[in-house]
Amino acid sequence: MSIRISQIDKTYGKTRALEPIDLDIHDGELIGLLGPSGSGKTTLLRIVAGLEQADGGSIHFGERDVTHVHVRDRRIGFVFQHYALFRHMSVFDNVAFGLTAMPRSQRPSTGEIRTRVMQLLEMVRLQDFAERFPAQLSGGQQQRVSLARALALKPDVLLLDEPFGALDAKVRQELRRWLRHLHEELNFTSLFVTHDQEEALELSDRVVVMSNGRVEQIATPDTLYRQPANRFVFEFLGDVNRLEGDIENQVLTCGNARVAVPGVENGRRELLLRPHEVRLDEQPSARAHLPVSVTAVVPVGAEVRIELEADWLGEPWLATISHADFERLAITRGKRLFAQPSRLHRFDTPRPQTLAPLSVS
Amino acid sequence: MIAQALTRRRERRVLPGFGLSLGISLTFVSLVLLLPLTSLVGQLSQLSWSQYWFLITDPRLLASYTVTLLAAAVAALSNAVFGLLMAWVLVRYEFPGKRLVDALMDLPFALPTAVAGITLATLYSSNGWIGRLLEPLGISVSYTWVGIALAMAFTSIPFVVRTVQPVLEDLPAEVDEAAMTLGASDGLAFRRVILPYLWPALVTGTGLAFVRSLGEFGAVIFIAGGKPYETEITSLMIFVKLQEYDYAGASAVASIVLATSLALLLAINLWQGRFIKRLHGGRG
Repeated sequence: MSIRISQIDKTYGKTRALEPIDLDIHDGELIGLLGPSGSGKTTLLRIVAGLEQADGGSIHFGERDVTHVHVRDRRIGFVFQHYALFRHMSVFDNVAFGLTAMPRSQRPSTGEIRTRVMQLLEMVRLQDFAERFPAQLSGGQQQRVSLARALALKPDVLLLDEPFGALDAKVRQELRRWLRHLHEELNFTSLFVTHDQEEALELSDRVVVMSNGRVEQIATPDTLYRQPANRFVFEFLGDVNRLEGDIENQVLTCGNARVAVPGVENGRRELLLRPHEVRLDEQPSARAHLPVSVTAVVPVGAEVRIELEADWLGEPWLATISHADFERLAITRGKRLFAQPSRLHRFDTPRPQTLAPLSVS
Repeated sequence: MIAQALTRRRERRVLPGFGLSLGISLTFVSLVLLLPLTSLVGQLSQLSWSQYWFLITDPRLLASYTVTLLAAAVAALSNAVFGLLMAWVLVRYEFPGKRLVDALMDLPFALPTAVAGITLATLYSSNGWIGRLLEPLGISVSYTWVGIALAMAFTSIPFVVRTVQPVLEDLPAEVDEAAMTLGASDGLAFRRVILPYLWPALVTGTGLAFVRSLGEFGAVIFIAGGKPYETEITSLMIFVKLQEYDYAGASAVASIVLATSLALLLAINLWQGRFIKRLHGGRG
């Protein structure tokens, strides 16, 4: 079921929670709403669910106008951050709730309910826990019960509010992968809220980045990362290093640091780059003379994270380099090196610009 | 060896002050609770079993049991309904004057019960503000069991409100939202999700209100009228016997009230313990 959100806005008292928002979600798409807290993402999700009323605009599920339809008649499944399970009911009764709450004329027989619930519990791999109470389950298990409960009525749309936010990193990773599989298998349309950019990029077909009640960009994870629409998106999606200085004759100078910036007009400018766009060398190159010293080394994972400092830098830089480079340069804390930006991004122009490639071979 | 055994024994308890605090608590309980109770039993010991049985099965007294139990039951049940409603309003809605209403809820505890009794009796008597309106309808409150129930309800409503309120505050709004997203109507969500959650607190509050009503004296006597076999409550019977210097008889009646109250309180406690264990992950 596709979702069409048009001109939805919301104001609480004097605070504008949502500027008029338009969003089209295709049938079977998994969409992530990403943004810092207070960006309006949860408000938007709750408006789509019908738990909150918009001040204006309309929402369609497929051809059905649901703008003024009560939450109980919208045919949505909703997964809450803190599970919101019914504590006095067993896992089985929790999952069966939606089915048993149907009017008598439409309600499936007890046997059918039993089959359906056991099927759902099997899907979330909790068939052995049917008689347990929520308090006897771990957080990850409770969230799976909550998901099974939301899917019991075969909703048109599945909405998830920070579904993995309350879980620890490892369980979160596992549940994410599992949700992705489930989505591929059942192919429901879903919309989830998260403040974790990694989660949004990993799970979503498309990501909606929001801030201050506005949509900053709607794009696939790949486009979002490679072609951020503006500085907010660029900064929100990962670590950022800042380089500020005066530019004259296409050379940026800042203290004793210099770097060639072809095509940038004169004046004071700020350029940004990602940690993986910083290379380290023992010698300066013809195009870049950026002396730095190493303050911390984290050799964890596929790359080595290096923290860099220099008197020409306002705040420390972060560089991620390969283990091979790390060993070649024999990096230790306190070592003096030269940074080589392979790309620089600028957002002070109407359209973001990337200066690349800058490095000399 | 002994010293070692002693220190090892001490090490087991991490929280300090167990001996001292338990000692002080027990002393206090003994002074204010157990000692007076002992004298009650002392009075009772002057009676033989047959005398005791004769005293407590006096027909006039039996009638007072019925009146007291019925009125207390009506009071407790109506408090269960209105107390729950009151707690719901105080927790779920925002309105001007909410703090004031919240504070007013404790008034029956703070007000001397005799004051409450006189006020109610005046209001509901046949020429009182409310009694005047009810009389043409053929409803008389003062000097009937309805009046007794009313006075009991007045003094015991805070028990229900104050036990349900914190539990309701703890119930996340998400839980009823979840029920609604699953298609439940408001009534169904209340019946199957909210009420079971509040049930232990509601039963405890109602039970406490009931027990409190059984022993209520001050508020009730003014409105009850004290007509033998009709509007006499058990606590009034104790008072009457005391005025006649029949200490043994008064103790006998008191022992009945005491035993009933204790049994009820114990039952509520045991039942609640089992219910709550289930919510917190014990085997249900």
